Amino acid sequence: MFGLDKKDTSKLIIVACLALLAPFILNPFPTDSALAQFNAGYPDLMQRFVIFGIFAIGFNILFGLTGYLSFGHAAFLGVGSYSAVWMFKLIGMNVIPAIVLSVIVAGLFALLIGFVSLRRSGIYFSILTLAFAQMSFNLAYSVLTPITNGETGLQLTLEDPRILGVSATTDGSIPVTNLFGLEMRSTFEMAVGPWAFQFNAGYYLCALIMLAAFYLSIRIFRSPFGMMLRAVKSNQQRMNYTGLNTRPYTLAAFVISGMYAGLAGGLMASMDPLAGAERMQWTASGEVVLMTILGGAGTLIGPVLGAGFIKYFENIFSKINDNVLHTWFSFLPDGMEDAVVFIIHPFIGKGWHLTLGILFMLVVIFLPGGLVEGGQRIKGWLSRRKAKGSNTSGETNPAE
Amino acid sequence: MGILEVKDVGKRFGGLQALSNVNLSVQENSVHAIIGPNGAGKSTLLNCLVGKLIPDTGSVMFDGQSVLGRAPYEINQMGISRVFQTPEIFGDLTVLENMMIPCFAKRDGAFELNALSSVLRQKDILQKAEHMLEEMNMADKRHMHAAAMSRGDKRRLEIGMCLSQEPRLLLLDEPTAGMARADTNNTIDLLKQISDERDITIAIIEHDMHVVFSLANRITVLAQGTPLVEDDPQNIRGNPKVREAYLGESA
Amino acid sequence: MDAILLQILNGLDKGSAYALIALGLTLIFGTLGVVNFAHGALFMIGAFCAVTLQRILNLSFELVDETQKDFLGNPLKVKTPYVEAWFGPDIGGSIIDWAVPLAILFAIPIMIGVGYVMERGLIKHFYKRPHADQILVTFGLAIVLQEVVKYFYGANPIQTPAPDALNGVVNLGAAIGMDIVYPVWRVVYFFFAVLIIGGIFSFLQFTTFGMVVRAGMADRETVGLLGINIDRRFTIMFGIAAAVAGLAGVMYTPINSPNYHMGMDFLVLSFVVVVVGGMGSLPGAVLAGFLLGVLESFASMNEVKSLLPGIDQIIIYVVAIIILLTRPRGLMGRKGVMEE
Repeated sequence: MFGLDKKDTSKLIIVACLALLAPFILNPFPTDSALAQFNAGYPDLMQRFVIFGIFAIGFNILFGLTGYLSFGHAAFLGVGSYSAVWMFKLIGMNVIPAIVLSVIVAGLFALLIGFVSLRRSGIYFSILTLAFAQMSFNLAYSVLTPITNGETGLQLTLEDPRILGVSATTDGSIPVTNLFGLEMRSTFEMAVGPWAFQFNAGYYLCALIMLAAFYLSIRIFRSPFGMMLRAVKSNQQRMNYTGLNTRPYTLAAFVISGMYAGLAGGLMASMDPLAGAERMQWTASGEVVLMTILGGAGTLIGPVLGAGFIKYFENIFSKINDNVLHTWFSFLPDGMEDAVVFIIHPFIGKGWHLTLGILFMLVVIFLPGGLVEGGQRIKGWLSRRKAKGSNTSGETNPAE
Repeated sequence: MGILEVKDVGKRFGGLQALSNVNLSVQENSVHAIIGPNGAGKSTLLNCLVGKLIPDTGSVMFDGQSVLGRAPYEINQMGISRVFQTPEIFGDLTVLENMMIPCFAKRDGAFELNALSSVLRQKDILQKAEHMLEEMNMADKRHMHAAAMSRGDKRRLEIGMCLSQEPRLLLLDEPTAGMARADTNNTIDLLKQISDERDITIAIIEHDMHVVFSLANRITVLAQGTPLVEDDPQNIRGNPKVREAYLGESA
Repeated sequence: MDAILLQILNGLDKGSAYALIALGLTLIFGTLGVVNFAHGALFMIGAFCAVTLQRILNLSFELVDETQKDFLGNPLKVKTPYVEAWFGPDIGGSIIDWAVPLAILFAIPIMIGVGYVMERGLIKHFYKRPHADQILVTFGLAIVLQEVVKYFYGANPIQTPAPDALNGVVNLGAAIGMDIVYPVWRVVYFFFAVLIIGGIFSFLQFTTFGMVVRAGMADRETVGLLGINIDRRFTIMFGIAAAVAGLAGVMYTPINSPNYHMGMDFLVLSFVVVVVGGMGSLPGAVLAGFLLGVLESFASMNEVKSLLPGIDQIIIYVVAIIILLTRPRGLMGRKGVMEE
């Protein structure tokens, strides 16, 4: 289907089901139950899942295929956000022009940075991209304030021209982002017994775009171009002596992944029309690296999983506080309860970054292939056990 | 006029004159060996031919065109393929994919943004790669990771990859270095077969006299960065100057 | 003219910090072949050693002094640091006043310990892994260290003043008839940096240990073949690099009140310094550190800024990019070091 083989089609269908049914899947607990805090079916959070999914899918095209580790991809996300907000200010509140512009601008920016950075490889490349991103971040905070609005961040105002729309609605407020009139914030709530499921227009737009982005990445992975990128990672010397010019290949991959980041930034601004320089900071670049390797760099589905995993736990961990912990561990004797809460305390609430850092280290140390590899190991282990149990000496399929 | 003409090439590294006044003419469809003791400048010369180094003086013409100042991939696209001393292949890719990449390079040139069509739809490429694998006797390994193969197989794969580009000149850098006798003999047979069956010129840098005298029909002896003599194998064997400079010392 | 000299001096103290961090980074690059993204965190830990010592010295007990009344008429509670109680108010007071320089002694064993644990516990296992993995794992470690410090010390910068005697300004230009007023502590910092750099270089130049390390930087395998226990020496080298970064941090606290993310801020710049100086080149790291520090300070002159607005924010990156494109190995890089 869609020019994909059976395995890839099923991956696409799985991701499509997950994305489209997310309001159900992520809301397994009734609204009033104690476990409702683990629900993630809110428009705002679901939007973040798929938007960061797009970001990570794009990053994976560069890092997963070519092995070039960019530490500056957040810059493209930031540039995308700024472009989108400017479209809302100047043209109108329709998200399509904003998204298109953010992809184009991020692509051009990536072309410029990639052209310079890709003249070097390995750690030099990582440091160059890091330097560029940090430079953009500094510029956004200082000289470029007329464009970026510095520390405050770029926001919509009632004075914006919006030549194809209105500066202010009839009741005097700033208009909201929409897709040909369909407001991005409009949410349909469906109550089924004790459950309340929310269907948000903005989320579904993001999810559909994410599916398109995912489909495109499968096509790229399976194309001759994708094979060339893997060859770049494997042996550049052989590439050169096989008559292939590696630079345009890596540059194309860099620009494509920059455009994905721009798309993510544009969508972010479309859901919530503001943009700040902190989106370009290098810790933000580090986060997308983590999502990609946590899921499994170089695998198709890994980055989507990684992005979902991190954004979900970020949300949960930030919500938990000491009171919640005390109710959880109230079954323990008092002293022990306090001790357990004391130990867990640094990792929750504002301590999410600490958890993230530890997770980062654990994944790189023990599971360099990410969740996908972990899943395959478990699968392999189960099938070996099964083979043993049914007493067949037949060969087990090697994990892909 | 040979297919490869090297004229007055010199190359200096700091205080070391690695090559001086190298003149060499490789005739079309011949097997031309370049031999010499360690440090004679063989590898430097080879690197000057493929674009890795640019000589300080002189010219290198391939088929009437200068190769100097061109990048390795451009020289390869002109029709020169190189086999490395330790096999350089795409270890993370399967054997079949390894074979497909040079086929793409031959068909599409140095760069082609073919990002949306599936590899599996490239019937012509697949066919050509499969055909070459059969010719190299490694069709049964097509789905293996190339890095997992034995050294001898890697060498065969690398040679096959070069041949699938249909080069006019095949450059080999000590292709049997570090190989067991059996593997060496297999490689000799393979190269013999290639030069007999194909319209191809082979230039080979080699240390192993057994390999040289079984394959070459023209030999250049390099000593201290400059060619000592260029002649047919039987004359080289009897040449006292060569014996003194090279064979005598190793015999 | 005075202004230019002053800018050079202003650049030197920042440059000293860059040089010290970059020196450790490149030492680790060169010897262990590891890209350490957590090196900035070592600088930060050093700075917090000074904060910690200051707090320890200020530990006080409270006494109610009946003879004094506060403004409500209640007996005044007087806090007395233990140090003052033990050594008397004069000596105790000056010990507290000299907390930052004293922290050097306090920081050395701590930093060597941190470095040792880091190398043996984590980095050692990454020698044979790809550079990308090294970058990623040390990046994770840097986040962890910075968050731990944030947990214990909070997110706000903590003031750690220099001793009163070194807190003023000095007119450096008086001798040559010019007017260059400059904070004393920055002069101290510069000479401190020069001392450490000199110490490291002579250590590497004149001791057998240093000779082996230099040989190891040039060609690790060959030295390994000689049967010299290079790994153990490299562990010690890592400890030394950690101590250098830590001391740079200790002494920097009066110039810039330490906060938990200062390590990351300095790390990015120090990496740029290392790349500009040439990967694996110690003199290159020092030269580039001072060079970039001075350039940055020139770029922040009002005359320059009015000509090229924002140049002070990006000068270092621009220079780095130009250098990398024209001299890929950096100012003093050697062929073959970290080429891949």
